[in-house]
Amino acid sequence: METISGIFDNKGTPLEKQKFTWKEMAGKPISKLDDDAFTRVRIILMNGVETDSLRLKHGIARFNKELRLPLAEIRRTEQHQATMINWLIGADHSPLETTVAYEQVAIEVTAAVAQSEPDPYQAQTYRFGLLEDFDHLYRYSAMLDRLEGKDANNILQGYTDIVPGRKSSEHHRHPENDIRDNYEKNTAALITKIHAALITGAEYQTHDYYQNIGPLFADPLARQLYAEIASVEEQHVTQYGSLSDPSESHIEKWLVHEAMEVYMYASCAEQETNPRIKAIWERFLDYELGHLNVACDWFKRIEGRDPAEILAGPLPKMVEFKSQRDFVRQVLAAEVDLRSAGTAYVGKDKEPKSSLDYRNHLASEGLASDIVSAGYQWAPGGELFRKVS
Amino acid sequence: MATAAKLGTNFTGVQMSPKDTQRLMEAVEHTHPDVAGDDRMLMVERSKHNEEAERIGSVPIPGSVKGMLKSTFDMIKGKSPEVLIDKLGERLAFERSGVRLYDAMIAKVKAMNIVGSDLVKELQHIRDEEFEHMVMVEDAIKTLGADPTAQTPCADVAAVKSIGVMQVLTDPRTNVAQGLNALLTIELEDNAAWELLIELAEAGGHPDLAEGFGKAKAQEDDHLIKIKTMVRRDLINDIK
Repeated sequence: METISGIFDNKGTPLEKQKFTWKEMAGKPISKLDDDAFTRVRIILMNGVETDSLRLKHGIARFNKELRLPLAEIRRTEQHQATMINWLIGADHSPLETTVAYEQVAIEVTAAVAQSEPDPYQAQTYRFGLLEDFDHLYRYSAMLDRLEGKDANNILQGYTDIVPGRKSSEHHRHPENDIRDNYEKNTAALITKIHAALITGAEYQTHDYYQNIGPLFADPLARQLYAEIASVEEQHVTQYGSLSDPSESHIEKWLVHEAMEVYMYASCAEQETNPRIKAIWERFLDYELGHLNVACDWFKRIEGRDPAEILAGPLPKMVEFKSQRDFVRQVLAAEVDLRSAGTAYVGKDKEPKSSLDYRNHLASEGLASDIVSAGYQWAPGGELFRKVS
Repeated sequence: MATAAKLGTNFTGVQMSPKDTQRLMEAVEHTHPDVAGDDRMLMVERSKHNEEAERIGSVPIPGSVKGMLKSTFDMIKGKSPEVLIDKLGERLAFERSGVRLYDAMIAKVKAMNIVGSDLVKELQHIRDEEFEHMVMVEDAIKTLGADPTAQTPCADVAAVKSIGVMQVLTDPRTNVAQGLNALLTIELEDNAAWELLIELAEAGGHPDLAEGFGKAKAQEDDHLIKIKTMVRRDLINDIK
């Protein structure tokens, strides 16, 4: 595996120089039609990263008076970073089209992470969740086609397959089967910690987005579909959130999160094809290095430890933003029938009764994910063209 | 500034990614749907929900005593004044939104700064007439003793319908032709709606209202011709 080092050896932009105007935050969006789908993937992902950064810091502030001001200062910048990023999504995206893009993020980024994750159990967890988001894409694509008469591939641009994965109706599990084992903070590689922080934040954002936009739909099936899938996303947040070590201190988690942000902006800046957006990633990479340095100072002051304990050592090469079609197909073929029992992954026939009972009750009055996707086969331009040809 | 359509790197179609599309089609042919049936299942389920649903809301009871009496009186006679009040509420909301939509379009056209064009003047003229219509409907609702500030069910639904037009007109990236096309949607509906409102006022026993609405209908005829002409003129100039 190629590695990078020295990524954190930079002071970045000092916090007091991280400034914004309202006009630049609410700036020009990307083109839904003319920008590459991976530009949108990066935008959605990094909005998820920034909103999770706010979430984590608010959580820490509840438990630490001394850190309240420094955290608030960084959060103010992060709020404006998140705004500048999220406002890049143009208003010609319908909420359902944006949803398709969210699932593309979940699939392509989780697949990339699963391949570079050195811990086999953590990698297995990413592959497990990946097949569920892959199926969500199929159900939402059917919904988009049958509700709005639109082709999901206009958003996906050919990078991501639109076929069933692990069936959405079988994702709903008892909470006892959503908890996962965590990495050990003293032995885990930094990249393992970064991956857990990244994917948890991304799934949190997806959950919140579905939870907010679900009621905006008039169609009762779309409303129910969002209810069904938002619940799975909550399970995913539970699953991925439990991958990190609960014995890490608050400040240690803060440090890991800032390191993750640096790594992700560096990944985005490296691969961005739109020069205007690339400049944003580069600017925010410098901002994040500034945040990381503040976190390092507090880590030294409060914990009396050297941040190098956490941040030292090489990282794998940048997260690859590209079609992971081959990997996803392999995982689909080998692991579609995996289920979870407690923290373990088991065959379909060993799925615990607790999950089956839980799911059967929820589905006892009908399942939108089945109804909206009945017999759905994607075709260029949408399924109506398949019926013509 | 958004101008006429241009060729560019639009990535959305399959022709832009033939290899990926071929692989996607392989996947579709290899992995079949896991739920039997087709899109008719959605239709059946929607029908069930339609049967179970409650209405979106009600027409408010007229607040003035005079209006209350009239409403009760008409009800006893077997008439339904609330139908007319609902549609008047819709017209009022539509005309009020119409003023805002024309304001958005005027901003778009002004940005083009087209020398010697009367477009802004023509749009302003229509905008001012939409405002007059709004006031006319407000007076009509008051005459019936109803409340012009209430949002009636048809007003609410009409506003949902207009969201797309508002989004098109206020998006700085849309051009004049796209904006005019959005206004054409509005004017086509507006024209038919005034025609219907006149019939409803007459059928409801309000010939004076119907007569006043005739003037608005004549102006709406003019709006429709003007917007159609603008759309045609703009696109034909571009295509030549």
